Amino acid sequence: MPILILAKKDLGELFGSSIAYVFMSVFLFVSFWLFFSSLWLYGQADTRPYFGQLPLLFLLLLPAVTMGRWSEEKRLGTHEILFTLPVGDVSLLLGKWLATLVFLAVVLLATLPMPITLASLGDLDVGATIASYIGAFLMGAAFLAFGLFMSSLTRNQIVAFLVSVLSLFMLYLLAQPVVTDFLPDRFVPVAQTLSFATHFESMARGVIDSRDVIYFLGLSGLFLYLNYLSLQGRKWA
Amino acid sequence: MIAVENVSKIFGSQKAVDSVSFTVQTGEVVGFLGPNGAGKSTTMRMITGFLPPSSGRVTLDGIDVALSPIPCKHKIGYLPESAAVYLDMEVSDFLVFLGGMRGLAGPQLTSAIKRVVVQCQLQKVLGRTIQTLSKGYRQRVGLAQALLHDPAVLVLDEPTVGLDPNQILEIRELIREIGKTKTVLLSSHILQEVTATCSRVIIINDGHIVAQGTPDELTSSENSVYRVTVQGAAEVVKMGLVKLPGFVAISSLEELGQSVTARVVLSGIEDKSAAIFGLAVAKGWVLTELGRERRSLEDVFQKLTGGEINSQRQ
Repeated sequence: MPILILAKKDLGELFGSSIAYVFMSVFLFVSFWLFFSSLWLYGQADTRPYFGQLPLLFLLLLPAVTMGRWSEEKRLGTHEILFTLPVGDVSLLLGKWLATLVFLAVVLLATLPMPITLASLGDLDVGATIASYIGAFLMGAAFLAFGLFMSSLTRNQIVAFLVSVLSLFMLYLLAQPVVTDFLPDRFVPVAQTLSFATHFESMARGVIDSRDVIYFLGLSGLFLYLNYLSLQGRKWA
Repeated sequence: MIAVENVSKIFGSQKAVDSVSFTVQTGEVVGFLGPNGAGKSTTMRMITGFLPPSSGRVTLDGIDVALSPIPCKHKIGYLPESAAVYLDMEVSDFLVFLGGMRGLAGPQLTSAIKRVVVQCQLQKVLGRTIQTLSKGYRQRVGLAQALLHDPAVLVLDEPTVGLDPNQILEIRELIREIGKTKTVLLSSHILQEVTATCSRVIIINDGHIVAQGTPDELTSSENSVYRVTVQGAAEVVKMGLVKLPGFVAISSLEELGQSVTARVVLSGIEDKSAAIFGLAVAKGWVLTELGRERRSLEDVFQKLTGGEINSQRQ
């Protein structure tokens, strides 16, 4: 299966590069800190304070995973080999995305000691925690699809990283008081619906609403499709 | 067989390739010659299916590359410009990865890798990271990748760039060997490269094909140049030479003591030495030298591409 072989190659690149480890350690450090500070400060066995910060953590971490996926291929010229293999563009795209999804899954698995600790210390809402993890994975998958698309537009991975972080941050702010306070009242719900922050919040509360699931799947689908178009365009030859 | 029919490629407002047509038969090694930026790489990218043509079509053994890309890509081995390779990979991992992507697995993959490793002489560097290899080795790794699936059509973009003279000879030998049974198109901006390896040459400039033929045909097309040295006065000799059949020009005339050396350009590719000899006899000149000069492909190339080659040659 070319999809799996390409995903394996990209995972090798991710785990072979120092950037991935640096970002992963920063992510886990911040995660554990957020987690246990709330535990010790408030004495609550609650994962919500942590998952509340997750959109910000993800929008900083995940673009680092996707930034080099296409741009490095272009910089090295190896995209010419990839796109002249008897493998369709869709398979290549899915292989790349799969690699980043596996990375995301590994990162999320590495945070599992936190809820496990909480569960042993107090009364953890297991259902809500599982919902939060599902929400985190869906949101992460959408961010990765977006970052992958950005990576396909440039041969400079730093540009891909910065543009992804900035765009995701703006989409995040859309639902924050910083923006909504200045919007006319009738635009506030629109802004909140557009932002992933709103959709993730409801999942982090433990509610899996089909609208939120569809939002994240739709976002992934949209940017995978745009990515497909940018591959087809080969404007970056 | 590669057939390129009226293919054009437009980037924005720039026409990189302008209705180019040619064929490469099985068992033929064709050289694609032109200065940098002439459209060689763009044409090759359209043949390999990396870039779609803006107009026209490319077929491989009758299959349209744009309409059935996957079957065509199975047939093609491609060495991209400057031998693109994953620098952080080991040579063996690189070959395993690309073999796998091409659908090779198990003993098939092992034997394919063994074959290309011998062909490209990579035995010594199999376990090394590509980053640590010399440019010559990287080039050979790229070539090995292109040969993995034993393709019927081989497209090589500047295959000998960065190699030392011994390696160049080996790669040329390898390409000639492969070319006996396969369809090979290679590009170069070095003339010796093309004359040494290719049975046919296509010269491209500014997106147009300006000439194509065997190196022999190209060097002897249009006019022929003869070098004549006789004893006599320059003016008299000049008056006589002008009357030769098919006279075009006297490109140089030197007087050295008693003798005059002239370079006479006559039209046609057939040998007209006999006519010159006859003239000398009729005029009673003592002919001390008569020879036909072969124009080198380099002259042809410079003439056709507007002399840009000097700055491009390595």
